[in-house]
Amino acid sequence: MAVGKSPRRKDAVAKVTGRARYTDDLSMPGMLYAKYVRSPIAHGRVLHIDTQKAQSLYGVEAVFTFEDVPDKRFATAGHPYSLDSKHTDIADRRLLTGHVRYQGDEVAIVVARDRLTAEAAVELVQVKYEEYPVAVNAQTALKADTPPIHEGGNVIGSHRFEVGGMLEKAFEEADEIVESHYQTGVVQHCHIENHSTYAYMDDMEHIVVVSSTQIPHICRRIVGEALDIPWGRVRVVKPYIGGGFGNKQDVILEPMAAFLCMKLGGVPVKIELPREECFISTRTRHSTRSNIRAGTTKDGVLKGLDIEIFSNTGAYASHGHAIMGAAGSKSCNLYPRSVIKLKATTHYANIPTAGAMRAYGSPQVIFGIECLMEEAARAINMDSLDFRIKNVARQGDINPLKEKEILSCGMVECLENGRELIGWDAKKKAYKNQTGHLRRGLGVACFSYGSGTYPACVEIAGARLILNQDGSVHLQIGATEIGQGSDTAFCQMAAETLGVSFDNIHVVSTQDTDVSPFDTGAYASRQTYVVAPAVKQAAQELKAKILAYTALMTGQVPESLDLIAGNVVFANRPDKVVLPLDKVAMDTYYHKERGGQLTADVSYKTRTNSPSFGCTFVDLEVDIPLCKVFIKEIFNVHDSGVIIHPQMAAGQVHGGLAMGIGMALYEELLIDENSGYIYNNNLLDYKMPTCMDIPDLGCAFVETREPTGGYGNKSLGEPPNITPAPAIRNAVWDATGVKIDEIPMTPKTLYRHFAKAGLI
Amino acid sequence: MQKEITCTINEKQYVLSVDVRKSLLDILRDLGITSVKEGCGVGECGACTVLIDEIPADSCITLAVWADGKTIRTVEGESANGQLSKVQQAYIDAGAVQCGFCTPGMIMTTTAFVEKHKDCKVSREDIRKGHAGNLCRCTGYETIISAVEMCLKDSDNNDSGKN
Ligand code: FES
Ligand code: FES
Repeated sequence: MAVGKSPRRKDAVAKVTGRARYTDDLSMPGMLYAKYVRSPIAHGRVLHIDTQKAQSLYGVEAVFTFEDVPDKRFATAGHPYSLDSKHTDIADRRLLTGHVRYQGDEVAIVVARDRLTAEAAVELVQVKYEEYPVAVNAQTALKADTPPIHEGGNVIGSHRFEVGGMLEKAFEEADEIVESHYQTGVVQHCHIENHSTYAYMDDMEHIVVVSSTQIPHICRRIVGEALDIPWGRVRVVKPYIGGGFGNKQDVILEPMAAFLCMKLGGVPVKIELPREECFISTRTRHSTRSNIRAGTTKDGVLKGLDIEIFSNTGAYASHGHAIMGAAGSKSCNLYPRSVIKLKATTHYANIPTAGAMRAYGSPQVIFGIECLMEEAARAINMDSLDFRIKNVARQGDINPLKEKEILSCGMVECLENGRELIGWDAKKKAYKNQTGHLRRGLGVACFSYGSGTYPACVEIAGARLILNQDGSVHLQIGATEIGQGSDTAFCQMAAETLGVSFDNIHVVSTQDTDVSPFDTGAYASRQTYVVAPAVKQAAQELKAKILAYTALMTGQVPESLDLIAGNVVFANRPDKVVLPLDKVAMDTYYHKERGGQLTADVSYKTRTNSPSFGCTFVDLEVDIPLCKVFIKEIFNVHDSGVIIHPQMAAGQVHGGLAMGIGMALYEELLIDENSGYIYNNNLLDYKMPTCMDIPDLGCAFVETREPTGGYGNKSLGEPPNITPAPAIRNAVWDATGVKIDEIPMTPKTLYRHFAKAGLI
Repeated sequence: MQKEITCTINEKQYVLSVDVRKSLLDILRDLGITSVKEGCGVGECGACTVLIDEIPADSCITLAVWADGKTIRTVEGESANGQLSKVQQAYIDAGAVQCGFCTPGMIMTTTAFVEKHKDCKVSREDIRKGHAGNLCRCTGYETIISAVEMCLKDSDNNDSGKN
């Protein structure tokens, strides 16, 4: 039994010894370095560009401007291709642009023999701009007289639904209606490995792109689309990757690297972004402004939720058109017995492009909802935890949007578990009527999420198993290991179903689109859920082949045999070994008259998408004069179905919690309202938490068994990031009596609110 | 401009002619010592941490020429004869490795920390202070701090560095 245990990660030794090779650790002789020329203004047009000086610098191989790139627009979002023409991504980018839309937009690119020369040459490119008015937020971007950032205007999409009944009627039945306005800031992924990619050609036709990407197969398609080359001539290789969190679920550098390489005769060309450029010119999390209303009866039945939200996608669409729809629909599982109305508008602005980031819009939507639930509970004088328990999803509820039954749900148990862990009832009493500078508060918030993207997108996964000569088995998968531990989880699944020890399953961690089975990659917390059936089926098939072959060798009937711990045994006498697997394997390979390599190759489409659930509980202290929050205890409790690898699962929770704390208290990309200038695009001024800023982190699981999950499992990667912020905000309110409806709650923000409330 | 330097890297002697503009990070990576990662290049993230004469330093903001006469340790040198160091092993056992990009630098910081605090009582808070120069986005630091605790617990009668 391998599932449910915590064996050593497959990549652990490679990583602690420094032998794991990431994109930057692979280098080729003669590799050229490319560097972008970026716009210093946030909105405008290039009037004149002079590259002559740069071209003549020794060591510069080429300079390309926006006038030299194909006049072809392409979309960058890492979604699977859609056969439905109404459901395609927004193609609003060219490789370089003459119409600059944020501070940092790409007008030209220099290629040189080394990094320092490329940097020097960038400085020599002279560009004259005509400046346009800058719009950085919804208020200005959506004003009628604001010039459009793209043809067609500044609204890129809207999502609307009203489900579970009519909102108006639900509000008529409510005794209290509460309403508030919420705001969330721009945050960044801050994976420690920046974006890096290089491309080379082996012949005149095929191009190889090596990249730090979460989505090799999608990347192949987008490079093909952007450069108008058949997809089969593009090969994308993903080595070890130093974190992604959604920022590498987008195709950012790869088409350009491929373009340059093709232009320069197939020599290897590399683009690696320094941290400062990674901050502004990859992706961020959408900042949002929302107005939410909720109606509840006196005895705490949540009748309706009315969510209006504006989401700022910045200079280019990226995932913008999809995020609010996804976040809105995933949230419908949380309070499924209420009427839910959503009206979301996503718009362009002259700020860095927002894209996919851990939990894909849900943290922003849930922030508003869970802040307002606190308010609704207070309006009827009910404990906010009891209010949630009364209204959250239970097994058997119907998701009002999808009209699908919720087959497994441990939401109430998660809340009850958290109540115990944090000591809710006793502390609630103890923290009443505090005065003084230091005040304690308790907060809770809960969420629902999905396990993939179906039915919005296809969910396809691939797994291939190969029996080696020594009786070990190689697993090849299209899903990508990006640090979350998916390779290890898939090996556990294969070991479990096949009957071979975990140590005897080897995994190919590098994805290579010419070799790896097709899978769309790491996003939407999909991989363990949608890859599990593929691995399971491949393991079942290989096992059947092994048993059939052993039967052939020994004259037994296959049905009488089983494979356990690497031995073929009698099914009714598991202690009696018929043949060890290595003996069988050697025969399949080298017997002159029979056999052949035993493999199983499965491509599987998942047509379910089960919701996962969970919550954050926090106990904190607010130092009012210092305007600082100190977290004393924080727990996330999750229902992610059966936990495949408890240690790695806890790791996901810790990481998500910390990222959520960052979003709640510290992190924001600061952008000048008037000029679009970005103030803090580095790790010194952008406050990503260090270990001094993160408290001890607690986590617990309520293990339900999801019938549609290959091993009873549901999503886990992104969800831990969703609820820390609203839980912390609710606890700050509990402690101080001050309701803060914006994040991050930095000392500056807290000061503003505390001063207004007369606390300081 | 080139300058000749002599230094010891992972117990091997090197005589190197280095471009004076290059950082220690650059020349280590040029030598194939690629555990030393670049996350920012300006001393913010700690991914490039190496030990210089047993003191953790950001190799990205250390000029290569300053390494003249110094002894450098990187994670490549921490395991010997197929045996992981106590710190490397603790990182695995505690589940402190996710994407692994911060890991080599973090392990070097821990190695120096553990060697320095061999015989002292240390709190989790002390560990946090000692590792504040190394950013990790994956783990929330929880398991990293546990890994350090594990090393300190075991270090009572053992050498906490190499096996
Ligand atoms: S790369 Fe040296 S501190 Fe970030
Ligand atoms: S393990 Fe990924 S940054 Fe630390």
